[in-house]
Amino acid sequence: MAKIRTQKPGWFSGKALVMVLYILFLLIPIYWLINMSLKTNEEIISVFSVWPRHLTFDNYKTILTDASWYMGYVNSMIYVVLNVVISLTVALPAAYAFSRYSFIGDKHLFFWLLSNRMAPPAVFALPFFQLYSSVGLFDTHIAVALAHTLFNVPLAVWILEGFMRGVPKEIDETAYVDGYSFPRFFTRIFMPLIASGIGVAAFFCFMFSWVELLLSRTLTSVAAKPITAVMTRTVSASGMDWGVLAAAGVLTIVPGALVIYFVRNYIAKGFALGRV
Amino acid sequence: MQKTVNQKAWFLVLPVFLLVAFSAVIPLMTVVNYSVQDTFGNNQFFWVGLEWFSELLHSERLHAALGRQIVFSSIILAIEVPLGVFIALNMPQKGLWASVCLVLMALPLLIPWNVVGTIWQIFGRVDIGLLGHTLAALGIDYNYTQDPLDAWVTVIVMDVWHWTSLVALLAYAGLQSIPQAYYQAAKIDQASRWSVFWFIELPKMQGVLMIAILIRFMDSFMIYTEPFVVTGGGPGNATTFLSIDLVKMALGQFDLGPAAAFSLMYFLTVMLVSWVFYTVMTNLDKKAGL
Repeated sequence: MAKIRTQKPGWFSGKALVMVLYILFLLIPIYWLINMSLKTNEEIISVFSVWPRHLTFDNYKTILTDASWYMGYVNSMIYVVLNVVISLTVALPAAYAFSRYSFIGDKHLFFWLLSNRMAPPAVFALPFFQLYSSVGLFDTHIAVALAHTLFNVPLAVWILEGFMRGVPKEIDETAYVDGYSFPRFFTRIFMPLIASGIGVAAFFCFMFSWVELLLSRTLTSVAAKPITAVMTRTVSASGMDWGVLAAAGVLTIVPGALVIYFVRNYIAKGFALGRV
Repeated sequence: MQKTVNQKAWFLVLPVFLLVAFSAVIPLMTVVNYSVQDTFGNNQFFWVGLEWFSELLHSERLHAALGRQIVFSSIILAIEVPLGVFIALNMPQKGLWASVCLVLMALPLLIPWNVVGTIWQIFGRVDIGLLGHTLAALGIDYNYTQDPLDAWVTVIVMDVWHWTSLVALLAYAGLQSIPQAYYQAAKIDQASRWSVFWFIELPKMQGVLMIAILIRFMDSFMIYTEPFVVTGGGPGNATTFLSIDLVKMALGQFDLGPAAAFSLMYFLTVMLVSWVFYTVMTNLDKKAGL
């Protein structure tokens, strides 16, 4: 289908220029971080250069060989994955209920769920610390995963409900007539139909759990400390270890970039929470 | 879609209900509990009623932080929403370039927030950052750790860098859903580019733009990590937004009572504004016949 509002002929239209400028604006700060991560500290402080004069991978070597560094990544990955699994498991049936049935208090419940997405994490930092300490979960991965469900479950319900609304109800009814039980229908027929929606919801849960710092830092001390909190230790008595800090930053961008690549065809629809 | 009335649906919602009740209601009750009491340590608490609330309502510190927060949220919404729509209108429609643009644009959204702060902290430094160094070379006196205006500009540019793509991607999704027939009709009517935007594209984007504004409002109003890493709330209190002030009060000074009262008022404000957005949004959904 040809678009009517296509660009003017020619390679370098105004539209392309806008996009190039915007993407340069996005990429230059990231490039600067990569640039710094490949320099030695002496070079960072003494010479100002837009590319590394003495290319070095020592900063990355420091991180990848020191357990206190790379365990930060492992910890982050563990609680992010736990969070995605928990969020989707509880959100799937709930989203189905919201998309198919009306029941007492459904609208209030839906808004109440969303209201947790609006809760400033700063409000919950201290009570969470006390709650998870009192049940003996402080400094565990599951504590951070549970804390992050506060904003991820409402979001997952919201996204999934949008996608489920797009599936005609006749499909459910036909399946029941054919003798499918609800669990079997849900896992065999319904979930494959909204597979892209599940992927999008997983992407968002991953994203918001991965980027969050305040709660994950408050709820951990050693055993489950996330990489984002580990990074703060590059400030030492001898000054900032800029190179290692930059390298650690670059390494936190990698998982996100990989995930984006896998869901690239659904990103736009996903950001619209299935509502386009 | 017509929904069937079925009270058993509650069983499907129950897991979510219990989980969120555990991770939201219990902590919130703790906050309410603190907000009406005072403590001198040793876990001894005294009932003070609404004292903290009335004290906070007249506290200049809170008013100043709230003022800064409102200014910040307004500025970034005023920049990011039009800019995001503009970018979406210029995005390639399909093919390899569309994918490349999507992936690159989504990149800042997946960077941990304190790394975003770190990136801009480094980028803006006069000694080692490209931005700071370039501005200094151009003879512009720029120092985000000393000058309040520079700090504000840095924090706002950082937020635009971080989140404009979200608005753009949403608007792009809205644009993609417009049927070709609309554009053909507009062409037959010899509509100008501007009227195509105003009468076709903008109304069709209304729903997704409301989502964009809602999400950007909520998240900018709760912003903590990025400005904290870059400016630490300074210079002075110039960039101390609500969350930064709250964390300072609760975890820094351990003023539990006032911090809890602050938390509740903060939460209620965000919720109230979001409720207005949400109501408008669901009404739009109904109008669209969803």
